[in-house]
Amino acid sequence: MRIEELRERVCAMYPDLCPLFSIEFGDGTIAVPLERIHSALADLKDMGFDRLGMVTAVDRGEDFELVYRLQSRTLRAGMFVKTMVPRSDPKIPSVCDLWPAANWQEREVYDLFGVVFEGHPDLRRILLPDDWVGHPLRKDYQDERIIRRPDYI
Amino acid sequence: MATEELTLNIGPSHPSTHGVCRLVVRLDGEIVTHVEPVIGHLHRGIEKIAENRTYLQVVPLTDRLDYVGSMYANWAYCRAVERLAGIRVPERAEYIRVIVCELQRIASHMMGIGSSAADTGATSAFLYAFDQREKVIDLFEALCGARLTYNYVRPGGVAFELPDGWIEQCRAFIEQHPSAMLTIDEFFFGNAIARVRLKGIGVLDADTAVAWGVSGPAARGSGVDWDLRRDDPYSVYPRFDFDVPLGSNGDCFDRARIRLWECIESCRIIEQALDQIEPGPIMAEGLPRLLAPRPGDAYDHIESARGSLGVYVVSDGSPRPYRMKVRSPAFCNLAVLPEIAVGYTLSDLLVILGSLDPVFGEVDR
Amino acid sequence: MTSFLLGALWGVVGVVVIAGGAVIGVWWERKVAGRIQLRYGPQQIGPAGSLQMLADVPKLLFKEDVVPSGADKPLFKYAPLVVFAPVAAAIAVIPFAKGWAMFDTAVGVLFFLAVPSIEVVAILVAAWAQRNTYSALGGLRAASQMIAYEVPRALSVAPLVLLAGSLRPTDLVAAWRWWWVPLLALAFLIYLISSIAEMNRGPFDLPEAESELVAGYFADYSGMRWAIFMMAEYGAIITTSLFAAATFLGAGWPFDGALGVVALIVKAAALVTLVMWTKWTLPRIRQDQLLRFCWTVLVPAALVQLAIVGVVLPWL
Repeated sequence: MRIEELRERVCAMYPDLCPLFSIEFGDGTIAVPLERIHSALADLKDMGFDRLGMVTAVDRGEDFELVYRLQSRTLRAGMFVKTMVPRSDPKIPSVCDLWPAANWQEREVYDLFGVVFEGHPDLRRILLPDDWVGHPLRKDYQDERIIRRPDYI
Repeated sequence: MATEELTLNIGPSHPSTHGVCRLVVRLDGEIVTHVEPVIGHLHRGIEKIAENRTYLQVVPLTDRLDYVGSMYANWAYCRAVERLAGIRVPERAEYIRVIVCELQRIASHMMGIGSSAADTGATSAFLYAFDQREKVIDLFEALCGARLTYNYVRPGGVAFELPDGWIEQCRAFIEQHPSAMLTIDEFFFGNAIARVRLKGIGVLDADTAVAWGVSGPAARGSGVDWDLRRDDPYSVYPRFDFDVPLGSNGDCFDRARIRLWECIESCRIIEQALDQIEPGPIMAEGLPRLLAPRPGDAYDHIESARGSLGVYVVSDGSPRPYRMKVRSPAFCNLAVLPEIAVGYTLSDLLVILGSLDPVFGEVDR
Repeated sequence: MTSFLLGALWGVVGVVVIAGGAVIGVWWERKVAGRIQLRYGPQQIGPAGSLQMLADVPKLLFKEDVVPSGADKPLFKYAPLVVFAPVAAAIAVIPFAKGWAMFDTAVGVLFFLAVPSIEVVAILVAAWAQRNTYSALGGLRAASQMIAYEVPRALSVAPLVLLAGSLRPTDLVAAWRWWWVPLLALAFLIYLISSIAEMNRGPFDLPEAESELVAGYFADYSGMRWAIFMMAEYGAIITTSLFAAATFLGAGWPFDGALGVVALIVKAAALVTLVMWTKWTLPRIRQDQLLRFCWTVLVPAALVQLAIVGVVLPWL
């Protein structure tokens, strides 16, 4: 499916979110407010996005940007769903009930960013040891073992 | 008689965990009642390290993700960066990328089939597969000097021109490869013991596979007709004629044997690519020494030997990626292991793990 | 006193034959495996690598003798010897030539079937002594497998005893006629299969399954103690092959005397090669499949063979 068609389909479903649908580098992205993320993902799943490609986060300073990559076999298209989670209270509903694939992916985001997924069946660290302190992919993560990059590169 | 469950700790160092996976298994006699993969023993923080490297310096890091199929991670990362920086790759470079990645698929699947064989105790079939893998790796060594971590695909093209006579060597390889595959098919998959060990074991149905995000041969063994080379075509793949082999039962036998047919299809693709390739530049022109794409984020995925391998790169306009995330197929495929391994015996558990063909460099990153 | 000294002498000879056979067997297995697996096997030391074991045995002897801290030390240390002794003892009753065995007893066949079975106890002891879940599982597998395969193995030798009318191995050799081979083909096959299972060789090597149990019942053994386990395994291959060659295949037939002994050894060597060939060609079977195969295929087939021999016996 071409990306413009996808945009029309999504806009028909969410007229109010239509301005938040952007096309960048050939990929469709919709920004969804935090409180509507679970229902939006559920609606998109019903629309045909049967695969959850990845869940990840980006540290944007005041907020964490949660990125969901959806893939559809029937529509032959992929798109991003993004939402902002405040750093002060990083909580977001889990989508494990929609796609079991989110299980390990959300554990990874929890492990590396410290975002808490509410309703996750088994939210533990996955890549790092259970007794690790801190969340390394946050930009303010401090560890005396990190070697600072020299300024000249 | 009073019986109790036995907790068995497999790994992180064990002959058939295919790397450094730890499995905590609860056994009722020999029957697995619960299995929990404990991963992260090979976590090197590649995504964090990448934030401190320039875009070109990240390429060698991607080699270390899937060390059985380094070319894929190279390519997926380069595609994401090229998308972000708006680089057009010359056609010859695209053809070379397709050829080396299909060769890589053969090398990687030989590892997959070989380990499926070794897990069931057929060490000879394992070496038959490795003989073929060795030939591919010799080709790569002639191409870029490395046998495992190639660092060959770079943003904008590929690092080196094909050496003299390489195309002939490659043709000689793909001519003998299908018959070698048929030998393995007869020798291992045709064997009565191998059939009873693999058939009906670790059944993964198509719906579970899709819901758990399983991709690649592991999903196609269950009949999920999904191959990015055909369904989300990238590079020059639309110009080639090839089939996507599908399994029907979703058991270990189908998952392992699919790989065999994929190798033969890869030979077809390489043959067509070698026929179509034309002289030309192998690197995009006018690339700056230090790539600094404009702010934004890009994602690209390719069909690696293990499934859809995606790389997500976020740029803030500086010469270093702000964030790099690898969507690793081995990670997603491994997540389904507890779903499909319960109820089979301990011997089957490791065969099931082997049939998912995880590479822990990619799982743990 | 003289009989005691003679026994001791034969004991030493038996152990030397087994140990020497194991050394040659390891080299031969590596060559056979290499040929099957598209490689050469040992080739650096001596002609065709035949002196490889001269390098390997000192290496094993000088290795540190590691005893796991949680292990039951006396059991851990002596279990390998108890594994080896019954295997070495079995060679005593093998009729190398017409009318001659080291220990020519009237119950030789029973001795041959029963004494090596003591190995099961030793394997269980070794597995238990290591205080290791893997070896415990391997030991349990070994016990169930070896005890189960005793049955078809004994049943497959029974037709021979019926035909010869004696349990003395030398009588078996004397009574042997060439038409026993077609008549007892099924029994011979069952004997071979159940012997392979009995000595935990591939495709029935689940007790030491590399891919799941690492090395099974000898997982924590190293150096010379490990080598004794391997020697016991090769000893079992050699004795079962020798016994099969002597009883099923007519010992030295068609030759007599010294040439007969050579013929016997050649037949046994061919059987040893067959056992190795099987191991390196076939994948490993699973425990439940293994036991099902024993009780639903091998035991009935052995009974059928016994019945056939029993029916034709009055007319012979």
